[in-house]
Amino acid sequence: MSSSTSVRASSRVTASQGIETPSGHEPDGRGHFGRYGGRWVPEALVAALDELETAYEKARHDPEFLTELDRLHRDYTGRPSPLTDVPKLSRHAGGARILLKREDLNHTGSHKINNVLGQALLTKRMGKERVIAETGAGQHGVATATACALLDLECVVYMGEVDTRRQALNVARMRLLGATVIPVKTGSRTLKDAINEALRDWVTNVDSTHYLLGTVAGPHPFPQMVRDFHRVIGLEARAQVLERTGRLPTAVAACVGGGSNAIGIFHAFIDDPGVRLVGFEPGGDGVETGRHGATLSEGSPGALHGAFSYLLQDEDGQTAESYSISAGLDYPGVGPEHALLKDLGRAEYQPVTDAEAMDAFALLCRTEGIIPAIESAHAVAGALRLGQELGPDAVILVNLSGRGDKDVDTAAKWFGMIGQDESAEAADGTAIAEGRTEQPTGSFADAGSETEGIQA
Amino acid sequence: MSGRSVADVFAKCRAEGRGALVGYLPAGYPTVDEGVELLAAMSEGGCDLLEVGVPYSDPVMDGPTIQAAADTALRNGFRLRDVFSTVERVTAAGGNCVVMTYFNPVLRYGVDRFAADLAAAGGLGLITPDLIPDEADEWFAASDKYGLSRTFLVSPSSTDERIASTTAASSGFVYATSIMGVTGARDSVNSAAGEIVGRTRPHTSLPIGVGLGVRNADQAAEIAGFADGVIVGSAFVSAAEKGGPDAVRDLARELAAGVARAGLPQRA
Repeated sequence: MSSSTSVRASSRVTASQGIETPSGHEPDGRGHFGRYGGRWVPEALVAALDELETAYEKARHDPEFLTELDRLHRDYTGRPSPLTDVPKLSRHAGGARILLKREDLNHTGSHKINNVLGQALLTKRMGKERVIAETGAGQHGVATATACALLDLECVVYMGEVDTRRQALNVARMRLLGATVIPVKTGSRTLKDAINEALRDWVTNVDSTHYLLGTVAGPHPFPQMVRDFHRVIGLEARAQVLERTGRLPTAVAACVGGGSNAIGIFHAFIDDPGVRLVGFEPGGDGVETGRHGATLSEGSPGALHGAFSYLLQDEDGQTAESYSISAGLDYPGVGPEHALLKDLGRAEYQPVTDAEAMDAFALLCRTEGIIPAIESAHAVAGALRLGQELGPDAVILVNLSGRGDKDVDTAAKWFGMIGQDESAEAADGTAIAEGRTEQPTGSFADAGSETEGIQA
Repeated sequence: MSGRSVADVFAKCRAEGRGALVGYLPAGYPTVDEGVELLAAMSEGGCDLLEVGVPYSDPVMDGPTIQAAADTALRNGFRLRDVFSTVERVTAAGGNCVVMTYFNPVLRYGVDRFAADLAAAGGLGLITPDLIPDEADEWFAASDKYGLSRTFLVSPSSTDERIASTTAASSGFVYATSIMGVTGARDSVNSAAGEIVGRTRPHTSLPIGVGLGVRNADQAAEIAGFADGVIVGSAFVSAAEKGGPDAVRDLARELAAGVARAGLPQRA
């Protein structure tokens, strides 16, 4: 393939293709992916879900909607996002060639904007003026607050109280953008409880309000619609990898919390049987400790937050508390299409511990000058593992789903660069500088072992 | 005198020229034994039907009062099997019990096994706030097999088509949520209550119960003026918290008097 045609090939990929052209892997008429998905919801929400489904089906074939979505993604999000070769990181992956799909370079700093702009435009078309959202790490909340500012929508974001503390920077970002952030103090005070509270709000205010769900979970049509808004990631990346390397990747790696960035990049490769699709789940302190969020690896089928899928639960069907250093992956459920892909064996899912993720985080910072989101660092760690397994001939495509600015405080504490009670902003800059000069590449994780990490 | 089915319970009330009082309390609140006492007291005070709730970790249809009660029950060691012993003991004390539960605990226990154990304990049926008929194939089979009533919910946001299909899928009684929103006692009965009952009547001959927001005799009487059953939840939980069995018995008496005062509902 010549470079001139290939450049055109990737620039021809637009976000609207992900929603306009059916993927060939659609749920049934009631939103089931095999036995998973569907609508496990109160009747009070059915009318709103029907309305949303109708609005989406209409919009995905409406040239005006598609043109507007593409314009925003080009001029506002900055799509297409680049593909970056990371040769120095690759040396730590058994020589396998690692390519990063740079969703971290999107406006607002993650893949979340792909879905948010689409749903925000739909909200306007449905004539609703108020948007609610849940957020874990704050990336979806920031993206939603951003789109609401742009499109003049009222925005309320529910965020677990634990997460408002570990992602304080994103709370401030949302408030700067004009959103109301409501800390949720029920249950485990993390993402699961933020979704509960958003659902309660939606049941109460469904006439005026759109629930802008941030992942490929929840009741139909969310898993399908959110996936379609994210399909652009894989569509772009597939063309870019072909142009860059002349072949398809050996494996595609992505982190999986609810699963939106993973389904977005996997989907373009589902019909390429030679391409391994591997999702990396939050292993927390290690799945053997019970403190983790590895829903597909360790969970069992059940209904949570509107969908039938895998979830972490006890023998009475009570949802188990998940744990991860990464707020965005700290969720005991997962999108239903991932459940199907797991059962079919088309995708595989493996846990990555906090420590492995933070090692990969450090390594990517040092080797390539890229600070990833801790969520995305799970995918990087997974790619390093895959590289050792697959060897130097492999090409591994990694979805670098977000950037790590929001995680600097957590990382600085993990690596012992600042004291337990200081924040990164307050820290003496020389502490970080000294940490950088005294520790060899990739090993400042060792400093973390002498501290108690963020759990303290 | 216990009815043998939910239909019997409503028929008996009707024969007495009044609607039915339906009281909710989570099983295991604050403990399993105390929960049994509270439910028995509600029955003594005049609840014709008891909704025995299953405490659940993620109660998205419930407001703060019932969430807190469920948390208390779970913290005090409630296990799903306790719902069957609760139903058995309350039934033995003369109560008529249906179970109200989010559906994942039932899925996890096994739908057929749950229905079998509930029927064996003397339970009359199930109310399923987060299960719609579209996803209920297993529950249809199990409820038919064990003779349990199926109460689905209709909502002010339901279309006429949905009301028709939901009531057709129901047995025993239909649960109409009177307001958009989660559970919790409110000062006034929303006008939407009468409207949703009026929209539901043409689609079904089943009794219609109205819930969400009732807390005193006047509200109970107002709802009993147009509905066949008055469903009270959060107010019983609050009463239990403040004054135990005596308080819930008194509240049941007060509400039952309100229901009786209204006579039979006007059917528009």
